Amino acid sequence: MKKSLSLLLCLALVATMTAGCSGSSTSSDNSDVIKVGVFEPLTGANASGGELELEGVQLANKLRPEVLGKKVELVVADNKSDKAEATTAAARLIEKDKVCAILGSWGSSLSMAAGDIVKSNKIPAIALSATNPQVTLGNDYYFRVCFLDPFQGTVMANYAYKTLGAKKVAIVQEVSNDYSVGLAKFFTDAFAKLSGDSNAIVSTGNYNTGDQDFNGILTNIKATNPDVIFAPGNYTESALLIKQARALGITCPIIGGDTWETNEFITVGGADVEGAVMSTFFDDTNPPTEAGKTFVAEYKKLYPDRQNIPAVTALGYDGYMMLMDAIERAGSADPQAIRDALATTTNFEGATGVITINANGDAEKNSAIVKVVKDGKFTYLDTVTITQ
Amino acid sequence: MVVGMTLSTFLQQLINGLSLGSLYALIAIGYTMVYGILKLINFAHGDIFMMAAYFAYFGISVFFLPWYVTFIITIILTMLLGAGIERMAYRPLREAPKTSLLISAIGVSFLLENLATYLFSGKPQAFPEFPAMTTPIFVGGLSIQPVSIVIPIVAFFLMTVLLFIINKTKVGMAMRAVSVDYDTAKLMGIKIDNVISSTFAIGSGLAAVGALLWCMKYPSVLPLMGVVPGLKCFIAAVIGGIGNVKGAVLGGLILGFSEVLMVAFFPSLTGYRDAVAFIILIIILLFLPNGILGKKQVEKV
Repeated sequence: MKKSLSLLLCLALVATMTAGCSGSSTSSDNSDVIKVGVFEPLTGANASGGELELEGVQLANKLRPEVLGKKVELVVADNKSDKAEATTAAARLIEKDKVCAILGSWGSSLSMAAGDIVKSNKIPAIALSATNPQVTLGNDYYFRVCFLDPFQGTVMANYAYKTLGAKKVAIVQEVSNDYSVGLAKFFTDAFAKLSGDSNAIVSTGNYNTGDQDFNGILTNIKATNPDVIFAPGNYTESALLIKQARALGITCPIIGGDTWETNEFITVGGADVEGAVMSTFFDDTNPPTEAGKTFVAEYKKLYPDRQNIPAVTALGYDGYMMLMDAIERAGSADPQAIRDALATTTNFEGATGVITINANGDAEKNSAIVKVVKDGKFTYLDTVTITQ
Repeated sequence: MVVGMTLSTFLQQLINGLSLGSLYALIAIGYTMVYGILKLINFAHGDIFMMAAYFAYFGISVFFLPWYVTFIITIILTMLLGAGIERMAYRPLREAPKTSLLISAIGVSFLLENLATYLFSGKPQAFPEFPAMTTPIFVGGLSIQPVSIVIPIVAFFLMTVLLFIINKTKVGMAMRAVSVDYDTAKLMGIKIDNVISSTFAIGSGLAAVGALLWCMKYPSVLPLMGVVPGLKCFIAAVIGGIGNVKGAVLGGLILGFSEVLMVAFFPSLTGYRDAVAFIILIIILLFLPNGILGKKQVEKV
């Protein structure tokens, strides 16, 4: 009841906001600041992920506070980990704050929710760690700096089949999350292709964002006795899921995707997430570029107590720096000019690697980092490069 | 798709259902009590549950108090919070239409959620581990966490205590009197304010116990963690017959077992697990509009 009520209110808000916009100019050419929107979940189920990306953007902003002789001002909007709220937050950034570009959001579903708004208002947006293909597909205004799920699914299927020698796999996916469902599907396809066995997936369990009890699904999975469990999904839910799996006596490896790499995954999961393996974007102990080395050094200066640098923070940094590069090449803060410059980004040196934007608006990346939780830390395991 | 399953898998699912259902039951009792007296659906109940989880988290992980001290403090603080909410948000509206009270309850719910987000951040906190309660015992292929056994015992114990308070004590008699006829009870010299405050305190205390056990089993604490349990336990209370304590326990168990057994028998439908609660609610309300045990007016709190 409460949910539908708030949904209704959100819809009403969005409706009034979009009704109010009639081709009003969003350009900030005349002022001496350039406003960049940062669109992230800062409260709710995905808050930790949003905060990590925001830290990367803010660090980059600190290092490069000006472009074209104007000050860059970050306008942060909280999308509350909620798809309905995400459209409102994006609309607010464009209509009220008149930003010339948007960075974010953590979470493919949240980014996709803003897709139509950036497209119809012709404001360029850069997804930082949203890996689902749908984020940029058919949208000329959404770009991204990370790799995509078909690639990530292949990386993890390779890991499961070749490194772990798995023959039977169980999948647990967060059905309300496009990222999780998409990644699970790409993993399934890749695994079937690798093993030549279309029945290799012995069990599939679904849950919803915010669920805390997974005992039912896991008891089913235990009965099918898989060699490995692939469980891409939000970090808290995944940590609880792994805890409950271990308590039920499931001992097989449990592997997942990039969203696991947050502190909360380890604090909530405790000793039970030891050995959990995930694919991610960046390894701070071995930055691939000079820009990466600068980023690591600056991050350590800013947060001397932190043990490792989350990959999504590095992507936040890359997104901001790539945008600055585009604004400089465009020579103006006009959204359309920025979009055109972003679309022609070639060999831009980011912290996570060299970025070239392809016709879909995606960064062409063909290598991923595999990390494992060891002694309560995300530890580098392998770099996987796959040439399509 | 129905799968064939072994006996041990089925028994394991029954254990899962029992512990989940008993947790729902514990929280549902608090809902039902408040409704029984005030005819008010206390939508803030789930958020009181959430605040209790934070109190316990702070006691153990931030102030390093021993767990038993923390538990006592948590229950007391939550009871005060519940009584405080009644004093601030519901008492001034006692003569107002019931709808105003309901809106006020929703307001309190949002206030608590946003206050918790503001004070404790939107990020999940890890609830401390209780190895004695969570280390599983393996019996012939079955895995049983001690906490899964403790939860139903606590739920039934508290239900008995509550029924005793309601049926055998003076406060309980006053509660029943207020629930039957508010104005007459007042004329008979019953201190209405005290009775209602103690109802809220007891209901919130139950939410606190529910939160402690919940967090032992599912150790993450979030500002919005009370929303879904609150909604489910409200449904459990309605299924059992809102206002009826035994009904709340029955409703909680029905809900817990149905959710888990649906996952067990229809694995492909696991994503619709939350829908089960609503489907059961609709079916039961179609045939028994007052809930399963709701008809016997005498048993109402």
